[in-house]
Amino acid sequence: METPLTAKIRPDGTMVDLAAYERAGGYEAARKAMRMSPAEITEEVKKSNLRGRGGAGFPTGQKWSFVPLGPDAPRPKYLVANGDEMEPGTFKDRVLLEGDPHGLLEGMIVAARAIEADRGYIFLRGEYTDAAERLERALQEAGAKGYLGKNIFGSGSDFDLRLHLSGGRYMCGEETGLLNALEGKRANPRAKPPFPQVSGLFGKPTIVQNIETLSNVPHIIAKGAEWFKGLALTPDAGTKLYGASGKVKKPGCWELPMGTPMRELLDVYAGGMREGVKFRGVLPGGASTDFLTVDHLDVPMDFTQVAKAGSRLGTGTMIVLDDKTCPVGMVHNLTHFFSQESCGWCTPCWSGLRWAEEMLWAIEEGRGSASDLDRLGYICGMMAPGNTFCALAPGAAEPIQSALKFFRDDFERHLRYKHCPWRDGR
Amino acid sequence: MTAIIVDKKTFEVDARANLLEACLGHGLDLPYFCWHPALGSVGACRQCAVKVYRNEQDTRGRIVMACMTAVAPNMLVSIADPEARQFRAGIIEGLMMSHPHDCPVCDEGGQCHLQDMTVMTGHNYRRYEFPKRTFRNQNLGPFLNHEMNRCIQCYRCTRFYNEYAGGTDFAVLKLRNLVYFGRAQEGVLESEFAGNLDEVCPTGVFTDKTAKQHYTRKWDLTFAPSICPHCALGCNLSPGERYGTLRRVFNRYNGEVNGYFLCDRGRFGYEHANSDRRIRAPLARSDGRLAPTAKAEALDRFSDLAAAGKIIGIGSPRASIEANFALRTLVGAQNFYAGVADSAYRLVALMVSLLREGPAPSSLRDIEHSDAALVLGEDVTGIAPRMALTLRQTIRRQGIRNAEKLGIPGWQDHAVRELAQNDHGPLYIASPYSTRLDDAATETHRAAPDDIARLGFAVAHQLDPASPEVSGLSADALALAGRIAKALGGAEKPVVVSGASTENEAVVRAAANVARALAKAGKSAGLAFTMEEANSLGLALMEPRPLGEAFEAARRGDVQSVVVLENDLYRRAPAAAVDAFLEAAGRLVVIDSLDTPTGAKADLVLPAAAFGEADGTFVSSEGRAQRFFRVFAPHDDIQESWRWLRDVLALLARPEGLAWTNLDKIVEGAARGIAALAGIRDAAPGAGFRIAGAKIPREPHRFSGRTSMLANIGVSEPKPPEDPDSALSFTMEGAETQPPAPLLPFFWTAGWNSMQAVNKFQEEIAGPLRGGDAGARLFESPAGAAAGYRNAVPAAFAPRAGEWLIVPRHHIFGSEELSARAPAIAQLAPQPYVALGPEDAAALGAGEGAAVEVRAEAGAARLPVRIEPGLPRGVAALPAGLGPLCGISLPVWARIELPR
Repeated sequence: METPLTAKIRPDGTMVDLAAYERAGGYEAARKAMRMSPAEITEEVKKSNLRGRGGAGFPTGQKWSFVPLGPDAPRPKYLVANGDEMEPGTFKDRVLLEGDPHGLLEGMIVAARAIEADRGYIFLRGEYTDAAERLERALQEAGAKGYLGKNIFGSGSDFDLRLHLSGGRYMCGEETGLLNALEGKRANPRAKPPFPQVSGLFGKPTIVQNIETLSNVPHIIAKGAEWFKGLALTPDAGTKLYGASGKVKKPGCWELPMGTPMRELLDVYAGGMREGVKFRGVLPGGASTDFLTVDHLDVPMDFTQVAKAGSRLGTGTMIVLDDKTCPVGMVHNLTHFFSQESCGWCTPCWSGLRWAEEMLWAIEEGRGSASDLDRLGYICGMMAPGNTFCALAPGAAEPIQSALKFFRDDFERHLRYKHCPWRDGR
Repeated sequence: MTAIIVDKKTFEVDARANLLEACLGHGLDLPYFCWHPALGSVGACRQCAVKVYRNEQDTRGRIVMACMTAVAPNMLVSIADPEARQFRAGIIEGLMMSHPHDCPVCDEGGQCHLQDMTVMTGHNYRRYEFPKRTFRNQNLGPFLNHEMNRCIQCYRCTRFYNEYAGGTDFAVLKLRNLVYFGRAQEGVLESEFAGNLDEVCPTGVFTDKTAKQHYTRKWDLTFAPSICPHCALGCNLSPGERYGTLRRVFNRYNGEVNGYFLCDRGRFGYEHANSDRRIRAPLARSDGRLAPTAKAEALDRFSDLAAAGKIIGIGSPRASIEANFALRTLVGAQNFYAGVADSAYRLVALMVSLLREGPAPSSLRDIEHSDAALVLGEDVTGIAPRMALTLRQTIRRQGIRNAEKLGIPGWQDHAVRELAQNDHGPLYIASPYSTRLDDAATETHRAAPDDIARLGFAVAHQLDPASPEVSGLSADALALAGRIAKALGGAEKPVVVSGASTENEAVVRAAANVARALAKAGKSAGLAFTMEEANSLGLALMEPRPLGEAFEAARRGDVQSVVVLENDLYRRAPAAAVDAFLEAAGRLVVIDSLDTPTGAKADLVLPAAAFGEADGTFVSSEGRAQRFFRVFAPHDDIQESWRWLRDVLALLARPEGLAWTNLDKIVEGAARGIAALAGIRDAAPGAGFRIAGAKIPREPHRFSGRTSMLANIGVSEPKPPEDPDSALSFTMEGAETQPPAPLLPFFWTAGWNSMQAVNKFQEEIAGPLRGGDAGARLFESPAGAAAGYRNAVPAAFAPRAGEWLIVPRHHIFGSEELSARAPAIAQLAPQPYVALGPEDAAALGAGEGAAVEVRAEAGAARLPVRIEPGLPRGVAALPAGLGPLCGISLPVWARIELPR
C-alpha cells in the first residue's frame, strides 16, 4: 500500500528537512513542472480526479482552470494554502505540516506554476506553533536554494511565498473569510460569485486550497494521473488522511486508500471501541457533518459514498459517539462552538445558532419542552444551504438535524425525566 | 429592459437590476434590511428571500435572496410562495430575538423600518424565551443617540459610515449575535455625515439627539417641502413642526441633488429657528433703546422713511429671491446692493458668466456619475459638505465599471469593493490646507491660491495647447499637471470642482479652462462651483450693485435711510467700515429673523419668518431654482420679508403692494422683472395647483390630537391657517395621491412609515421622483463649440517678509451664520484661530496655541496659533465666518507677530 503523503514523515516526529526531502526524491516534481506548461499541469491534475480535501471535495484541476492565464491576466495572482484547520475533531493537515513541510511547499510551487501565481500565502492556524516554526525553516531552506522567490528553478518565473498565522477564528478557514482575514479585515465570508479565481485576495485571481490537497499535487505530477487514480479503492482518487477521535482504543490519523470502509478504519486502525463502551454513531468528517450510525459502517469513506449515506466525507476525520456519552450534550457542545464562531453576518446563522445553543442547553439541563425538538428542526431548516450566506450554519445544522433523527429517543428522555440521563446525581 | 414574471404577473424591469429593486420599483412589497438603494446589496440579513423557478415545469423552485440575484429574461419569481413567506417570517423572528419591547419609548417608533417589515412579514409573537443580549451604549456627540440593544445586525450603519462616507472612527466589533456597532472608545463621531445613520439605521439604534430635546412622533409632525439654508447646494429637506417649533429635519429625496443623504450641518442646523435670539415682534428705537412696537406703527415708520427718499436696500444671499426682489422693487434697482463683500460678489459674478458660457453647472448626480475629478482650490467638506460625500462615490466609478466588465453587477457592493480594493480615483485635490476629503484623493497638492490657479491653467494647457500657457512653473508642478491632465483626459466623464473656498478669481478661471479643454477634447466634461450661501447665485443673478458702492454713497451723503435684509453687515465688512456706513446712512431698518450686531444698531427691526416659516425660492450653486414652503404659519407678527416689504409698498400706494397678494404673484414679478430669473416660475406648481380638486396635506393622515392640542385654550377646534401661497394645506386632509416633487412634504405610504417609503415615490429605485425631481435649472450648456479660454494667468505666489496672505478656511460647523446658532452645531464649532505652516510658526517662534497678533489694514485681533502641516510658506488661514476678524474680506495680507 502506497502512502505518498506520509511516506517521508519520520516516526520520531522530527521535521524532514530540505536535504532529507531531496534525498527522498523531493522537488523533482517541481523541476518537472517547470518544464510543463500551466495548461499541462492543470490537465494532469484534472485527469487525476483529485478532489479538494478541505471538506467540499471540489475537483482541484477544474478549480484551477477558472483562473485567467496569459499576459492579459490581472497581476499579481495568488495561491493560498488553507492551513487553518479549525474544524473540531480534525488534525490531519497538522500531521503533514509538522512532518513534511517541504511536501506542501513543493505542491504550492507546482500549483503556482499551473495558475501562474506570483505570490503565495500559507494561512496557518495560530495555535500550530510547531508547524509555523518548521514552515519558516522550510521556507528559508527552499528560498536559499532558489526554489522560492525570484526566477525559481531558473524558470524565469517568480513565486514569493509567505507564512501568515491566523488570529484564530473558525471563519478564517472558509476560503473567502480567509481572504478577508489575509487582507487584514474581519473574517466575514464574501459573496460568490465572483469566485476567488476571478476576484480573490486583494481583488486579484486567487486559488485557495487545503494543505492535504496541495500535498498531493507533486506526486500526481511526478507519477501521473493514472497512478494516482490507482491508489484509491473507489473513483474518488488517491489516498486520504483519515482520523478518528472519541472513545476508540487508538485515536489517530492514517493515510489509506480513498474509499476505505468506515468499519475497517474504526476496527483495524482505531482499534475498535474502548472496553465498556459501545459505538453509537459517528460524525464522519468533522463536527459539521451529519451523524452516521451502526447501519452505515460499511460505507466506503469517499466523497460520493458518504454523501449517498446522508452525510459528508468532510475532512475524513471521524468523531465517534459512544453509549456512555450523552448525544444532547455532545451536540450542545458542538453547537456552542459554532454559535461562538459565527461571524455575525447573516441572520439565520447568528440568531439561529444562538437559539439552538440555548435550546440544547435547556434540554440538557432538563428545562426543555416538547415543542423544542420541532423548533430545533425548524432552525436547522432555516440554516439550510442557500438560506445562509456561507457554509458555516448549514454545516453547524448537520450534527443537530442528524442527532434529532438518530437519537430522538435520547432527546425525549431528557424532556421526560427533566434531567440528563447520563449525568450523575440526577 | 427585460420582462420578469412575479407571481404570474409580468413586469418590465431594468435588465441590470437585482430582483429586489426590480420588485420594489414596481411597488411590490418585499421586506429587506441590509439592502439600501444607495449602498447596494450584500446579502447579510436574508430578509428579501423569494422563490425562483427554473421553468414552468419546476414546481418546487428554490429560495434566493432577491437583493443578490440579477434579473434574467422571463425569470419566474414568487414572493407569495408559502415556503418563501415562511422563511421571511423566520428571518424576522431571528432578527427580533433580542430586540427590546420598547417601541413606545423609542424615538424610532412610528418611523421604524423594522416595525414596518415585522408587520409586513406577520411576525407577532416571540418564541425565543432565553435571555436577550444587552450592550453598553456610547455617547457619540451632540447629534446622535446610541441604543445598541435595538440592533438587528444589518450592517447598514458601518456600510454607510465606513464604506460610503469614508469614516474611520466607527467599526464593527465582536462576533455572532453580539456584534457591536460603535466606536472603539466613546466620543463624538468624526464624520460630517454621521447624522445619516438616523435614517440609514432601520431601527432605533441611531436616533436624532437634537430631536430628542423636543421629541414628536413622525405622524404628529407637520411637514413642508423645504430647501436647506446652510450652503449653496440646495439639498432638499422635510422639516417637521409641532406646537410652533421645528422638531427635526428629514432628508427629502431629490435624485439630482442630495439623493438619500444630507450633511450634519443641513440636518441639525434647523434649531437656529427655535433660538431664543429670534426676533418675534417689530422693534422700534425710542429713547435710544429698541422696544416692541405694534405692527401698524412699525409699518408706518418704515413707509415714512421710504417716502422720504434717498433710501437704499442691501440684499442678502441667505434671503429668498422674492425677499430680495421685493427690496429691490422698494428701493429701485439703482439703490439695491449686494449684501456680501465686494470680492465675494465679484467672484460669484465671474462664476455666473463662466457657467453661462458653459459647461453648465454639474448637479450632484452628474458629479457622482463622473469618473474622474479635479478639485481646484476647494475644501469641499467645509463649504459644500454634501458634495464631498458625492465625490467619495465619484472615485468608485471606474472600479464599478471594471467590475461590470467581469460580470459583477454594480449593485453587488462588497464584490465591487473587494475587486477595486483601494484602487480609487482619479481624484486630485489642490488646496492651501488639508481637507477632510484628502484621504480619498489620488494626490493632494498644497499651494497658495495663485499657484493653485497656475496649476489649473497648466492642466488646461496640457489638455489643449491652445489654452493659455503658464510660464515659470516648477518641474514638480508641471509633472503634477501632466498627471492630472492624463487622468482627466483618460476619463469618459471628468468633472472639475472649484469655487469660493479661497476667494480667488484666477482659480475659478483656471477651473473653467480645464473643463473647457476637456469639452473640446470631446469629453462629457462637468464643472461645479461651490458658493457660500443658499441664495448666493440667486442674488448674483439679480445684479445688485456692490456693497462698497453703498458705503461710498453713504459717505457722499446720498443716503438717508438703509434697509438691510436678512443680513449682518458685520460679517460682510470690517467693523469700522460698517460703523462708519451706518453712521452716515441715517436711519437703519433691519428685516431679519435673528438678532445680529447689525440689528442692534437699527432704528426699526421687523421680524422675518425664519427657516420653516417662510416661502420662497433659492437658486442653488447648480443653478437650480427651488421653492421652499413654510412648514407652519408663524405666530405673532412674524412674516416673510417680502410681505413686510409688500406691506410698505402698499402703504406707499405702489402697484406691487396691491398686486403681490401671494407668493405666485411676486414670483411672477421677479420672473418678469429680471430676465435671468424667468425660469423660477417652473420651480414648483403654483398655489392654484390641485389634485382632484384637493390641496396637498402637510400632515400625515394619522396626525393626532388636532381637536385637543389647544384644549388648554379652548375646546372648539380652531380653523386651520389658510395658505394663500401654495397648494399645501395645514391639515391632514387632502389629496391622497403623490404630488409633484416640489410639493412633496414627506414620504409615507401604507405600511411604509420610515424614510424607506421613498421607494414608492420614485420612477425607478434610486431614480427621479415620479414626474421629475424638484427644481428648475436656470443654466444649460449653450449648443455648439465649447467656450473660449480665459486668460490672465497669475504670477507665481511670492511670500512677503513679515506678512502673510490670509486665506479663509470654511468649517462645516461654525462658518455658516444660521447653523452656528443651532446648539448642537455650536458645540462642534472651532474656537477662533490663525493657522500657520510649521516652518512659518517656527520662524515666528509661535508654538501650537500661542497667542499672536494678526494685523490687517482692516482690523486686528489676538488669536491662538494652529499649526497646520502643509500650509504653504507665506500663507496663513483664518476660519471663515467666525472669530473677531470674520468681517474682513479675505484673502488679505496681514502682519502676524508675537505680542510684545
